[in-house]
Amino acid sequence: MPDARTAARATGGISRTLLLAFACLVMAAPFLWMAATSLMGQLEVFSSGRLFPESPLWSNYPEALTAQPFGRYFLNSLIFATVVVAGQVATATAAGYAFARCDFPGRDTLFMVFLATMMVPAVIVLIPRFLMIDALGWIDSYQGLVSTELVSVWGIFLMRQYFRTLPRELEDAARVDGAGHWRIFRSVALPLAKPAVATLALFAFIDAWKNFMWPLLVTRSMEMRVVEVGIAAFHSTYEINWPYQMVAGVVAALPIALLFLFTQRYFVRGIQLEGIR
Amino acid sequence: MTREPRAVVLKGVRKRFGDVTAVADVDLEIRPGELMVLVGPSGCGKSTLLRLIAGLEEHDAGEVWIGDRCVDEVAPGSRDVAMVFQSYALYPHMTVAENLGFGLRVRGAGPAEIGRRVSEVAEVLGLGGLLSRRPGQLSGGQQQRVALGRAMVRDPGVFLFDEPLSNLDAALRLQTRDEIAALHRRLGTTMIFVTHDQVEALSLGQRVAVMDRGRVQQLGTPHEIYRRPANLFVAAFVGSPPMNRLRLARDGEGRLAGGPFVFPGSSPHPEATLGVRPEDLTVAVVAPPASGPPPGSAGTRPGPHPSPEFTATALRVESLGSEQRIHLDGPDDAAWVARAPSALRIAAGDRVDVSVAWQRTHLFGPDGSRTGAAPQPGRGSHPGTPA
Ligand SMILES: Nc1ncnc2c1ncn2[C@@H]1O[C@H](COP(=O)(O)OP(=O)(O)O)[C@@H](O)[C@H]1O
Ligand SMILES: [Mg+2]
Repeated sequence: MPDARTAARATGGISRTLLLAFACLVMAAPFLWMAATSLMGQLEVFSSGRLFPESPLWSNYPEALTAQPFGRYFLNSLIFATVVVAGQVATATAAGYAFARCDFPGRDTLFMVFLATMMVPAVIVLIPRFLMIDALGWIDSYQGLVSTELVSVWGIFLMRQYFRTLPRELEDAARVDGAGHWRIFRSVALPLAKPAVATLALFAFIDAWKNFMWPLLVTRSMEMRVVEVGIAAFHSTYEINWPYQMVAGVVAALPIALLFLFTQRYFVRGIQLEGIR
Repeated sequence: MTREPRAVVLKGVRKRFGDVTAVADVDLEIRPGELMVLVGPSGCGKSTLLRLIAGLEEHDAGEVWIGDRCVDEVAPGSRDVAMVFQSYALYPHMTVAENLGFGLRVRGAGPAEIGRRVSEVAEVLGLGGLLSRRPGQLSGGQQQRVALGRAMVRDPGVFLFDEPLSNLDAALRLQTRDEIAALHRRLGTTMIFVTHDQVEALSLGQRVAVMDRGRVQQLGTPHEIYRRPANLFVAAFVGSPPMNRLRLARDGEGRLAGGPFVFPGSSPHPEATLGVRPEDLTVAVVAPPASGPPPGSAGTRPGPHPSPEFTATALRVESLGSEQRIHLDGPDDAAWVARAPSALRIAAGDRVDVSVAWQRTHLFGPDGSRTGAAPQPGRGSHPGTPA
């Protein structure tokens, strides 16, 4: 009975579409709510559980963004994320290549030790990191902000796995051509690892951009604050300005949303590897 | 090119991977300017041997000499060798020109010299129009030429080829084989060429080293390898269709016997193997099948061939145009193949008289090594084919 089957398939298609639409709504709801709240008056937020502003209060935006030096915060976030990306790419590619292709005693054991550190929750090392930075006198400075973020074990793992998939004969050919490890790394392996580097850079950027705890801990002055910390500052002990905070949230999320639009395929690759993170 | 060709000498070279002995105590001398082919079945250690010469693997014992120096401690890039890989191993992110020039660039040659050498080689190999393409935009044959060019650009003392033709289609393979032979004649450089294809080996090599299980089984000219195989392995590996074989055992009077044959003289070995190449058998059709009992013993009938050694049935006839291959139920029911001219009128099921060119046969002792040609067997004591 082809008709019944077609009908069944159509029903299946419809129910799947509905399910996906519902899932999307659930995922998007907090963001929509954030956007809606950013356009409400401070009291309207609490009135009668309404979801959308009666009339959008666009003035929230200039007001919130000038209530604190957000320009400076954005600059700091950008510096922080950029340096972290550069650092992680440099360390992860070099270490990943060494773990994948250089023979040295204890290589695999060392790699296991690296992997084992991924099982330690990040919060646990927050205090030791803080104490180290403090001992160096780097609290409230850029070097204090970035220096402990420059190495990512996940990044090393990602790059090692990728380098291992490159055909060995390519490197053999380069060796016969007279290239040493460093030359092979720079001229052959690294150019071929661009997709993995892009994935690593993307995830490192996002992680750094949304990092809250570490910048909060290690910075003091307004000049050193990053966006995430600035958002939280609307949430002070005695007063919470929800609309302003949501304004900052919307603006902080924009770069990530844009990034996602242009780099979706690297996201997919990264998420495939996410299970190991 | 004016450079001096280099000899390559392996002295007791051994290489193990875990429990696998890939190369077992190989002694081999490749003369300056020689085109030597290493041939053997897959997994016999050919690639490993080549990679040991290139320095891509480190041997566990022995020495490798290139020219007048021991290169055991010399990096691959400083051994004055160039290698063409089976997969070509072109750098996918570089253009053809960059691929060709990479080795020169690594060695610190200037852009002018690199450009000159690259265009020289591109001209020789007909790659001129492809210089700005990437390997992914080339056909298999073009990639193969780029790989060849990358080796030539550096003007090395020794060329190493690891099955460079095996990814090409049949026509291109033949053409490229001839080109490599021509290249060798023109450059006069030492070349070591690895293949699993015995036809390729015999047609290309000035000398051929046949390998099996990590050892060189025989080293010789293609003629020697084919005509005087050192042992059963070489005999079976070289030649297509392979050599026909028959197991022989010593009879009560100390003579070797098997099938219809009894060989004169007493044998020192309790058993042996007779080998006959398909072209050293001559067949003549006796009569159509199923027309009564099979004909009597040879010699009672007039036939085109005066002295048939046994009769057999043609089980299958392959017609290859220039010749025919006739599959026979040979002596002791061994599956034998004979080559016959295409003019011979023969069909499956025909009874045939088969004669043997004894002076071109081979006897192998119990350990498989060749002891010589089989003598003309005596007749009469074992008439006809056994049932
Ligand atoms: N890197 C390696 N690690 C482990 N075993 C290897 C390695 N390379 C080669 N072998 C083994 O050594 C033997 C010879 O291999 P190879 O030289 O590639 O043979 P061929 O080129 O004649 O086919 C094979 O048994 C192969 O499995
Ligand atoms: Mg091989």
